[in-house]
Amino acid sequence: MSSHAEEVVHAGAGIATFTKVWIALLAMTGIEVLLAYEQVPTMIMLTVLLGLSIIKAALIIAYFMHLKFEKLSLFLTLFPMLIFCIVLMLIFLGDAMRIPNMRPPA
Amino acid sequence: MSSHASAVSPAGSVWEGGQSPYATNSKKFGMWLFLISDSLTFSAMLFAYTYSRVTNPDWPKPFDFSPAVIFSTIMTFCLLSSSLTMVLAVHSMNHGDRKATVRWILATMVGGGAFVVLHMSEWLKLINVEHVTPLSNPWGVPLFGGTFFALTGLHMTHVICGLIYLAIIATGVGRGKFKAEDVEVSGLYWHFVDLVWMFIFPLVYLMSARVG
Repeated sequence: MSSHAEEVVHAGAGIATFTKVWIALLAMTGIEVLLAYEQVPTMIMLTVLLGLSIIKAALIIAYFMHLKFEKLSLFLTLFPMLIFCIVLMLIFLGDAMRIPNMRPPA
Repeated sequence: MSSHASAVSPAGSVWEGGQSPYATNSKKFGMWLFLISDSLTFSAMLFAYTYSRVTNPDWPKPFDFSPAVIFSTIMTFCLLSSSLTMVLAVHSMNHGDRKATVRWILATMVGGGAFVVLHMSEWLKLINVEHVTPLSNPWGVPLFGGTFFALTGLHMTHVICGLIYLAIIATGVGRGKFKAEDVEVSGLYWHFVDLVWMFIFPLVYLMSARVG
C-alpha cells in the first residue's frame, strides 16, 4: 500500500489520555460492584448504576470511539435520533409497573 | 442544471456531491450507522428484560457475590482492557507501525477470548448446576432464562464475531494489506461490544447479586 496514507496522524487524544479513561472506567466499575456488595435499596441502586453506565458509555464513545474528535455533524446525525428512540421505549414502563397489581391473589 | 451550478461556483455546492459532510470515509460512516441500529436492538432487549423483571416481583437472584459476580467483574475487566489495547492498535496503525498494530490486536483478541471462555463457563454452570434453560428454571420465573440467555447470548455472538473480524484484520495488517481506516473501523465495532456490556453487566448481574 502507499505509505503516504499511513503517515497521516489523526488529531485526537494520546496514549496518556486513553490510559486515564481506562482507569476511570475501571474505577466506576469498582464502585458499581461495591454497591452490589453493600446491597443498596433497589431504586437507588438502579439509578446510580444507570447513571454510571451512561457516563461510562459516554467516555467510551467520546474517547475510544473517537467521536469527540469528529465533526459535530456526525454526532448530530447519529445520536439525537438514537436517544429519542430509546426514550420512546420507556412508554411501556407504566404497563409493566401495573401488571403485578392486576394479578389475581394466589 | 448542474452545469449552471458549477458555473456559478467552481468549488461546487454541497448539493453537487463530491463533498464529505461528516469528514469521515464511507466505511467508518457505514459502521457508525450499523452500530446505531445495533444499539437499538440491544436497548430493546434490555428494556424487555427490565419490563419482565418489573412485572415479576419474585424475580430470582441467582448470582452469588463470591463466585458469579466476581467472575463477571473479571470478565468486565477483560473487555475494558481489550478496549484499551484496541485503541493502542488504532494508534499504532495511525503511526504506520504495522508490527505493533498486529501485537495490540492480538492482545485485544486475548482479552475477548478470555471473556468468551469465562462467560461460557458461567453459562455452563447455570445450565448444568442450577438447571436454568431458556424455557424453565427452578425458581418458577421462566422469563428469567429466556431474557438472560437472549441478552447475553446476543452479546456473546457479537464478541465472537468481533474476534473473527479482528483475526481477519490482524492477518491482513501483518501481510501489508488494509489501511489505518480499516483498523479504526474494526476498533469502532470492538468498542461497541464493550459499551453494550457496560449496560448488561450492571442490569443483569449486579442487580441480581446475592450477598451472604
